[in-house]
Amino acid sequence: MDIVLEAKHLKKTFRLSKKQQKIEKTNQAEKIAVNDLSFDLKKGEIFGLLGPNGAGKTTTLRMISTLIKSDSGDVLVEGYSAKEHPEEVRDRIGFLTSELKLEDFFTPNYLFDFFSRLHGVDEETASNRKKALFEKFGIDQFAEVKVANLSTGMKQKVSLVISIVHDPSIIVFDEPTNGLDVLTAKVVTDFLQELKQAGKTILVSTHIFSLVEKICDRVGIIINGKMIVCDELAHITQGRALEDVFFDIYQNEVGDAE
Amino acid sequence: MKNILTIIKKEFARFFGDKRLVLTTLILPGLLIFTIYTFMGSAIFNGTQVDENYVTTIYTINAPASFQEKIQPLLTESQFQAEYKAIDASDKEGINRIKQEIQNQNIDLCIEFSPDFDQKVAEYDVSLGITAPYIRMYYNSVKSESFAAYSLLNTMFTNYEGTLTNKFDINMQPDIQFDLATNEDLTATILGMLLPFLILMFLFSGCMAVAPESIAGEKERGTIATLLVTPMKRSELAMGKLMSLSVIAVLCAISSFIGTIISLPNLMKGMGELEITASYQFIDYIWLLLIIISTVLILIGLISVISAYAKSVKEATTLVTPLMIVVMVIGLFAMLSKSTEVSSNYLIYLIPIYNSIKVMGNIFSFQMAVVPVLITIVSNVVYASAFVFFLTKMFNSEKVMFSK
Ligand SMILES: Nc1ncnc2c1ncn2[C@@H]1O[C@H](COP(=O)(O)OP(=O)(O)O)[C@@H](O)[C@H]1O
Ligand SMILES: [Mg+2]
Repeated sequence: MDIVLEAKHLKKTFRLSKKQQKIEKTNQAEKIAVNDLSFDLKKGEIFGLLGPNGAGKTTTLRMISTLIKSDSGDVLVEGYSAKEHPEEVRDRIGFLTSELKLEDFFTPNYLFDFFSRLHGVDEETASNRKKALFEKFGIDQFAEVKVANLSTGMKQKVSLVISIVHDPSIIVFDEPTNGLDVLTAKVVTDFLQELKQAGKTILVSTHIFSLVEKICDRVGIIINGKMIVCDELAHITQGRALEDVFFDIYQNEVGDAE
Repeated sequence: MKNILTIIKKEFARFFGDKRLVLTTLILPGLLIFTIYTFMGSAIFNGTQVDENYVTTIYTINAPASFQEKIQPLLTESQFQAEYKAIDASDKEGINRIKQEIQNQNIDLCIEFSPDFDQKVAEYDVSLGITAPYIRMYYNSVKSESFAAYSLLNTMFTNYEGTLTNKFDINMQPDIQFDLATNEDLTATILGMLLPFLILMFLFSGCMAVAPESIAGEKERGTIATLLVTPMKRSELAMGKLMSLSVIAVLCAISSFIGTIISLPNLMKGMGELEITASYQFIDYIWLLLIIISTVLILIGLISVISAYAKSVKEATTLVTPLMIVVMVIGLFAMLSKSTEVSSNYLIYLIPIYNSIKVMGNIFSFQMAVVPVLITIVSNVVYASAFVFFLTKMFNSEKVMFSK
């Protein structure tokens, strides 16, 4: 199978301010958030990055989306390096994380057109895509309502649609169901599977076992910035519950001291 | 290029789509300046102006014949209308009552002459060593009619005194124009000094109204991150932001400028009945506009870089304050350094802000020289491109964009 995305020996260190040191309860001035992390995405699969809070999932996805730069290592997206050709990489992936906000002042309709233009989508394609996506997520009901007046769930849907205005072949979602009510969460997971059917490659990060069990083909378990296991879901679980397997691995890695 | 346009369009949609923003940053400043200046002008004006039809009430004590024969006709000639009443010097009570009425602003003036004034004046000689005859005028400076009458009569008496001991005349021939300054010169000096500085202040506040909100605000609210994951280049984002913000800031400044220009005659009138008859050529306005735009580019660049560094709009505003003081000081320096004269040292036109004030001063005082203006515009544009470069760097820096 084709490899469409390669993360190669990614490393990311954050300098901690005095305030952050207090919050993290450490007196070290540096925090290694991601430590020599490598994995591949195969065309057409759903890959899950599974790990507890603070494991380094979001940091990894931010490096892939070129929002931040790795200290060492690189990401190749369809052959393009995130370090050398960040624009090409951004053109090929759709990235969604709670960090990306939409301007309150504008309507979903305006924002869709605006981001389509920034992605270089021609007007006719954009208009067709908008119609289809707005209908699918029920955004047509509030397409002309300013983002400021939308509920959290509505905003999330709009953000999701905006992140794929350019119909990217690789979709990167950070905690796709976090903070969503059960109905919206189902719409999102169904949509991810639909995208897979359409031949897209999907990378999600999550700390929710059931989500991984439901949609992922392969999983990378990440703890303290390191990739511990990376394999097909069935190989990892061997018929057991993913939750149990995870805690065995976690105990092995960290000890049950924490 | 297309992306720059897309960003510019979005910034315009954001600004012009927000009626409150347009009202508070575009329309209100001009309107407020107009109202305040006009009000200030008319307040000063009314303070010194006396109604033409007002009849001044004047009491005289021991009025000599010369007063009626020489002074009163002169007063009437100069459109001064008064009702003269005589009161006897022995009527102490009456005199006290008149003073009281002057204090109460019911009577305007009371003039007391030495007894036998004309005779004493004729006999008087400094070398005799006796005290000179007197004129005492009681008035109330709070009441403008009273004060005006006092001033006028004071002048009249002084002139009269001058004619009595005439040894030489100063500027007495009415058919010769002695003040050779034209109205244009006067206007030029005032406008050349004042306006550039005013414009600078308007430009700065225009920039402050939009740049921190658009850059630090987007950063604070996390909306800039959404832009950063699109394939657009960071430099395109920087250019788009700076250009659109500059246009809006220029519009804000123009609003304030128009407010100033149309209220200036009113303000000047209050200050001393100057008439602004200056006429500038169309080309002057074009140069002025180019200078203003290049200045705004610098200000927007500076404020944007600071805003990109700040974590919130509030922090941006705080950080810009010292900058504002520096800009104002440079502006003041330029304003006070014979700002209407063209400097022979062209190097000073490389100093941002200072150069703009200088060349605007030159234009307003009809002394524009093309080379300094060109140096100013070109150097400002070069500085502005440096800011585009900086801002791009900052948009590229995760430490700056995602600092918590
Ligand atoms: N900008 C930052 N500055 C300092 N530390 C950070 C920063 N971003 C993330 N971290 C730290 O890096 C670690 C990994 O964070 P993150 O990637 O968000 O974890 P996850 O998404 O798996 O919960 C955490 O300990 C977090 O506190
Ligand atoms: Mg996370």
